[in-house]
Amino acid sequence: MNRKSFISSVDWLTIVLYLIMVFFGWVNIYGASYNFEQTSRFDLSNPAGKQFLWMMISFVIAVAILIIDESTYETIAYILYALLIAILIITPLIAKDVKGSYSWISIGPLRIQPAEFAKFVTALALAKWMSRYDFKIETWRDLVVPISLIIAPMLIIMVWQRETGSALVFLAFFIVLYREGMSGYFIASGVALVVLVCLALKFQSAQLPLGVGNWGSISYTIVLLLIVLAIDLLYSKDKRGGLMILITTVLTYATALVVNIWLTVDFSTISLIVIGFAAIILTATAIVDRQNAIWILLVFMIVSTAICEISDNVLQKLPDHQRNRIEVILKIKEDPKGVEYNVIQAKIAIGSGGFKGKGHLKGTQSTLRFVPEQHTDFIFSTIGEEFGFLGTIGVIVAFVGFLLRLIFLAERQKDKFSRVYGYSVASIFFVHFTINIGMVLGFLPVIGIPLPFFSYGGSSLMAFTILLFIFLKLDAARVEKL
Amino acid sequence: MVNEIYYKRRYVISGVVILVATIFCIRLFNLQILDSSTKDKADTNAFLKQTIYPSRGLIYDRNGELLVYNQPVYDITVIIKQMGSRFDTLGFCNAIDISRDDFQKRMLEIRSKKNKGFSIYTPQVFETQLQAEDIAQLQQTLYKYPGVNIRKRTLRNYTYTFGAQVLGSIGEVSQKMIDNDSYYTSGDYIGRDGIERTYEKYLRGEKGVEILLRDSKGIIQGKYEDGANDIEPVSGGNLTLTLDIKLQRVAEELLEGKIGSAVAIEPKTGEILALASSPSWDPRLLVGKSRSKNYTALKNNPDKPLYNRATQATYPPGSTFKTVQALICLQEKAITPNTMYGCQGKNSRPIACTHSHGSPVNLLSALEQSCNPYFWRAYEDLLEKGGYGSQNENFRRNYVRWQTDAKSFGLGQTFKDADLPTQSSGTIPTAEYYDKVYKGKTNWKASTIRSNSIGQGEVLVTPLQLCNIAAIIANEGYYITPHLNKVDSLRQNIHQTNIDKKHFAIVKDGMSRVMTYGTGRYSNIDSLKIGGKTGTAQVKNKGDNALFIGIAPIDDPKIVVAVVVENIGFGATWAAPIASLMIEQYLTDTIRRQELYNQKRYYKK
Repeated sequence: MNRKSFISSVDWLTIVLYLIMVFFGWVNIYGASYNFEQTSRFDLSNPAGKQFLWMMISFVIAVAILIIDESTYETIAYILYALLIAILIITPLIAKDVKGSYSWISIGPLRIQPAEFAKFVTALALAKWMSRYDFKIETWRDLVVPISLIIAPMLIIMVWQRETGSALVFLAFFIVLYREGMSGYFIASGVALVVLVCLALKFQSAQLPLGVGNWGSISYTIVLLLIVLAIDLLYSKDKRGGLMILITTVLTYATALVVNIWLTVDFSTISLIVIGFAAIILTATAIVDRQNAIWILLVFMIVSTAICEISDNVLQKLPDHQRNRIEVILKIKEDPKGVEYNVIQAKIAIGSGGFKGKGHLKGTQSTLRFVPEQHTDFIFSTIGEEFGFLGTIGVIVAFVGFLLRLIFLAERQKDKFSRVYGYSVASIFFVHFTINIGMVLGFLPVIGIPLPFFSYGGSSLMAFTILLFIFLKLDAARVEKL
Repeated sequence: MVNEIYYKRRYVISGVVILVATIFCIRLFNLQILDSSTKDKADTNAFLKQTIYPSRGLIYDRNGELLVYNQPVYDITVIIKQMGSRFDTLGFCNAIDISRDDFQKRMLEIRSKKNKGFSIYTPQVFETQLQAEDIAQLQQTLYKYPGVNIRKRTLRNYTYTFGAQVLGSIGEVSQKMIDNDSYYTSGDYIGRDGIERTYEKYLRGEKGVEILLRDSKGIIQGKYEDGANDIEPVSGGNLTLTLDIKLQRVAEELLEGKIGSAVAIEPKTGEILALASSPSWDPRLLVGKSRSKNYTALKNNPDKPLYNRATQATYPPGSTFKTVQALICLQEKAITPNTMYGCQGKNSRPIACTHSHGSPVNLLSALEQSCNPYFWRAYEDLLEKGGYGSQNENFRRNYVRWQTDAKSFGLGQTFKDADLPTQSSGTIPTAEYYDKVYKGKTNWKASTIRSNSIGQGEVLVTPLQLCNIAAIIANEGYYITPHLNKVDSLRQNIHQTNIDKKHFAIVKDGMSRVMTYGTGRYSNIDSLKIGGKTGTAQVKNKGDNALFIGIAPIDDPKIVVAVVVENIGFGATWAAPIASLMIEQYLTDTIRRQELYNQKRYYKK
């Protein structure tokens, strides 16, 4: 290809958004690490100086990626994936303990987090598998292989490297699977399951009167049965099943209440009995109706009941810091000086920025270090304090524009490999954006993952740059493909 | 692309992206625009607002002598977080000369639940009110002790040991005062009594604020915006008092060992030259650490030193009141200067005379000789003028006139426009009072209340009021409210009495004669031209109170004095010499009569 067509075919809008975010991020890294003794923005002894170096390296990498032939990525996808799995497994063996995780390896003066690079490698491998000419997600093989490609690095990072945050990002690939035809029920079931478990945990500690158990099992039972009823009435031809579930549920609870006058009844057990009745009725409906949806519903009901039942035990077995974070976000307990400290301070910093912000380097909370991890995972709080509502909304608008542009670019790809890879890129950025800002604003438990382009960190900036620019290269090359 | 049936799912995915972003925007709108509490929390986080105390105003006497000034003391504070585990406790203890046990005890007290403001990040008071020499060693080696700071404060100190009741003292503000006035916070000092209390707002100045930046570890990182928002403290105003400290000293020394008081006023201005109450104390006792202990001791002292007798104690004025009686009787035309009454000396009825003199006597001689029967008869004529009337209405009218005239001397009431914090009103009884005591309007007559005529009955005055009577005579009819702050505005509080100017000459003449021929003659110095009147008031079951009022020089009064000594004997023997010596001091700036001075000073009752 000639030089002219390359410059005109690359998506400059995405690159401009990328550069704006990276430079604004760099300005805020300097703000977050500024402490009265003003050193230069380029001084390598402060994070902003180092970040500037990382930026330059990333830009070189970006240019290199744009120059390398686009077919290379598809060719080496599986080799890279195999290499990745090997490195991920080796990493903890040579890594040092950094805040409880074993995900950083030192190469001379550099410290690299291989998990960051796992994202684009997995995306490449996934894209390659799903772009096979005979790929059909409806078949078991083409559902299980992609899911395995996703789950393998995720499990290694979560269990072997103990880096839960980075591992959770791999859930982003399910958005890609959904786009490529996986049933929406997988994601819906996942979301419903999370809601049910939250309910079970949240109300575990709220005791029912008369010592007959707690609200936990009742709350999730009722919500679960409502979901079951809704779907059953939607799909089942025979509406009597749903009616019977409703009647048996009400009758069972009513009977239990009456019996409770003489004998103490454990309502947690009663809830299980209610779900048991519902399961029997649902099985009957499924047999009569021959509807797959009802079978899936039955499986979902049984699996979620089992998970909810064991959720509290699992929670108690989690490491302290993770359990505390979950309990705090569910408001089961308060810990303003511990787990909640970070989020409380972040909210104070952001809120005190007001509409216009306090001005660059003038944020008291930032310069006086009230928000730990401020230049990395909590960089959004510095933006909020020093640039105010205008700054935070600006970042969100830029990010949404960036994500929607990526989705648009992915959709305009002529070949499936590029589209799947493009959706992977958009999904990964979206999950980072959601989890990071959701955590800073207190919607989600504290999960330590960076805000792409803004948070300080060489590995993440380089990995995000590679992730993005491979896609931009694929996009730029799409014209020549035909 | 061909057979692409799922392309519509792009809208679902894009919708989720926008939904998440919208939720974030709503939360940010709440947090940054609607919720204002985070701004306060951020300020609390980052700003350490430190009070800068203004220096309290100094107090001078009328001649510019410094009476009250500020003395620096030092508090040691510790920030436990910064002290660390390797803190050199032994060195620190040696530097301020305390034992290790004391150190441990203090640290336990700081950490105890009683210490409500405890935090390991903020300065905690370790030791208070140390003198410069106590902290000298620590100051030099302070860098060795991280977290330890020395904080300077000021306490009051006094040049003289005199004037304790007038000057008053400052002490830590009480919770009640904090609740009433938001200016004060716990640990502040406030004028608790005397001048310090009256002129608190003027003397204290205004506190300043210094806004410091404190990081998340509690370490100070400098001034916020280089102090642009700091508020500079405003120093308190200096106060020049009307007191003459030398005269105050003479008054207090002469009252030593006795119970009583002495007041001197410059009649032309109403300025109080001396205001002494005995027993008194060294004002330095109520400063600093020993304040509460000494205050309790003073409070429990049976002689009640904290009670300012000069303005709070009330006494029957005795014969000194005859001056007032003479003036009222002249004004109400009950007598003329030539009116004569007979006196049977000790055999006089209903009131006996305590002095031996000729009979009959005119007003001048009656004043000179302090003739009791004369003043009773004059009072009787005043009250019974025109008869009693069927329901005593004439008599009552006459009584009310007398009462009103007496009150115009500032008696029976406090000086409302004075700058003295604690005053008693004394008593000039009302007709209604007697109606009540004697159960009916017709049940009391002139003879019933005859003791008033010689200052012995229900009439009660404070030494300050007594001195003010002398000031009225000196000014021939008016007085300026006695005051302590030497400013012109207070000289405008002029009060006219009901007595015409023409009546004063004879009373002044009588007072001169008291000093040359009468009861005051042993305390006289001719050159000072003193006019005076002695009084010896009987006290039930106790010794007589000695009283004296004096004016000098009588033809151009520069000072008036009132002296009251409790339960000691004759006014001529005890009160007159003290007043005379005070006049000598004030007019000649020296005391020639050292023998008399020592004799009166060292007499202990």
